[in-house]
Amino acid sequence: MAEASVVTGAAAARHEEQGFWGFTRAQAIAFLAMSAVVVVSPFLLYPVFLMKVLCFALFACAFNLLVGYVGLLSFGHAAYFGMGAYITGYAAKAWGVPPELAILMGGAIGAALGLPFGWLAIRRSGIYFSMITLALAQMVFFFCLQAPFTGGEDGIQAIPRGTLLGVFDLTADFTMYWLVAFIFLAGFLLIHRIVHSPFGQVMKAIRDNEPRATSLGYRVEQYKLMAFVLSAALAGIAGGTKALVFNIATLTDVRWTMSGEVVLMSLVGGLGTVFGPVVGAAVIVTMQNYLAEFGAWVLVIQGAIFIACVLAFRRGVVGEIGNALRVKL
Amino acid sequence: MATTQDGDTILETEGLTKEFRGFVAVSDVALRVKRGTIHGLIGPNGAGKTTCFNLLTKFLPPTRGTIRYEGRDITGMKPAEVARLGLVRSFQISAVFPHLTVLENVRVALQRARGGSFDFWRSDSLLKSFDARAMELLEDVGLTAYARHNAGELPYGRKRALEIATTLALDPRMMLLDEPTAGMTHEDVGRIMALVQRVAKGRTVLLVEHNLTVVSGLCDTITVLTRGRVLAEGTYMEVSRNPEVKAAYLGTDPGISGGEGHG
Repeated sequence: MAEASVVTGAAAARHEEQGFWGFTRAQAIAFLAMSAVVVVSPFLLYPVFLMKVLCFALFACAFNLLVGYVGLLSFGHAAYFGMGAYITGYAAKAWGVPPELAILMGGAIGAALGLPFGWLAIRRSGIYFSMITLALAQMVFFFCLQAPFTGGEDGIQAIPRGTLLGVFDLTADFTMYWLVAFIFLAGFLLIHRIVHSPFGQVMKAIRDNEPRATSLGYRVEQYKLMAFVLSAALAGIAGGTKALVFNIATLTDVRWTMSGEVVLMSLVGGLGTVFGPVVGAAVIVTMQNYLAEFGAWVLVIQGAIFIACVLAFRRGVVGEIGNALRVKL
Repeated sequence: MATTQDGDTILETEGLTKEFRGFVAVSDVALRVKRGTIHGLIGPNGAGKTTCFNLLTKFLPPTRGTIRYEGRDITGMKPAEVARLGLVRSFQISAVFPHLTVLENVRVALQRARGGSFDFWRSDSLLKSFDARAMELLEDVGLTAYARHNAGELPYGRKRALEIATTLALDPRMMLLDEPTAGMTHEDVGRIMALVQRVAKGRTVLLVEHNLTVVSGLCDTITVLTRGRVLAEGTYMEVSRNPEVKAAYLGTDPGISGGEGHG
């Protein structure tokens, strides 16, 4: 770039030129490493566990899009995740919808819910915004508890994974894994593109200083709503994918604790970092899986980690690493 | 004040009043800003300057009264709409986007020229077309060397300069500056004053100030507010001789009153 020549050496070092897909060099390396892990890990670890990690990683990334880049802390993202799971599950089981379409329907229900919910919630900011999202998500929970199609306490069980594009039988975990890996990586890249788009630029400006963005003539509500809907849609896709992986959609997916878990994942990994939610999801899901034998102690350990993160590593795992290496991750 | 508007007036208020739960912060203010001038709005702490300012930019809704800009009633408009008409404000606390680079700060304002930026699927590298203009604006305010720094890392005075560059990026017809020199060191005050004078060419500027020295050198017309009311209006020479104005500043020499303050 021509302008770079007038910038002093020290200043130029601070912000590297962004290359392909808006990744900085450090991010590109991290992305390649992450992709390598995604490709290699099913040969080493149990694929169902890995699929769970990837579903939650996408969910956390979708959540982080809103809190990390627009500054809106939603406390009701379980609604979009859970409804995504129910709709995908119901469509696949009751209507025999193929998996690719069923998952997209999960994303569509996320967006469809996100539109009115977001429209209501963005009227307020800070804690009030969070409380409105929580209240609306609780309404969705009670709807799911009562509505006949969700199966109440039983949930929707024995959801068939189906045949992808009429070719690939997803019953085998290994085949299913590649679909989940594809959805995760595509979702991750989409989120990264959103953050590094003209829209993302405005989003970050609103996060940094909303009154100033308004004073520049931006109708900030419209941008916030758009980000909200995008985040909800991706959460719905994550929920739908999870329903197919586990053949089940239950109240757990739509309960407020799920909203809390995604906050925890993003915090542990690092809010507003690209890779933080992925690492956070991996940490939390791993803990839940491998500490399951300790029963209720999992929650205590989770709580302790949460407190440790808030007190000691405010930037989260990835945020602290990035800070130590002086790169944006 | 006459209700008919001649071409010389860009911004005009009539009976502008703002009450907060019974407390009258701004009372029946009639303000008339001439096109192409630098107009100062001054007054001691608590005089209602900032409230008045927030009313003019629609960040607060008035209790009563009307605001006309370019002959058009803008009383019921939203802040973003007013900004789109070319009436752009700054803030008392330096308003930059701290996690964006200095270049991006200016560019996000230039980006407004695209209309809505809802294209989340496209790469932000297409915004590079605004880089050249952004660098020009940064050069104007002497920030070229900081272009790739995060705005949050800039020293205070530079942040104010960046804010002015960002405001200028919108090419506003009228700029409203809220205490542009508040909390600044002496040299910074001089630099910002010179900058305001330079950028005011071809525009109208309304300046809220606590510091009389600043307005004396800059403003063509000065309106003095106290307790939400207009106390005096005129050139610096006129208002500074006004005994009521002197009294309002608590008998201190207006020339040395300065520093931070909320209007």
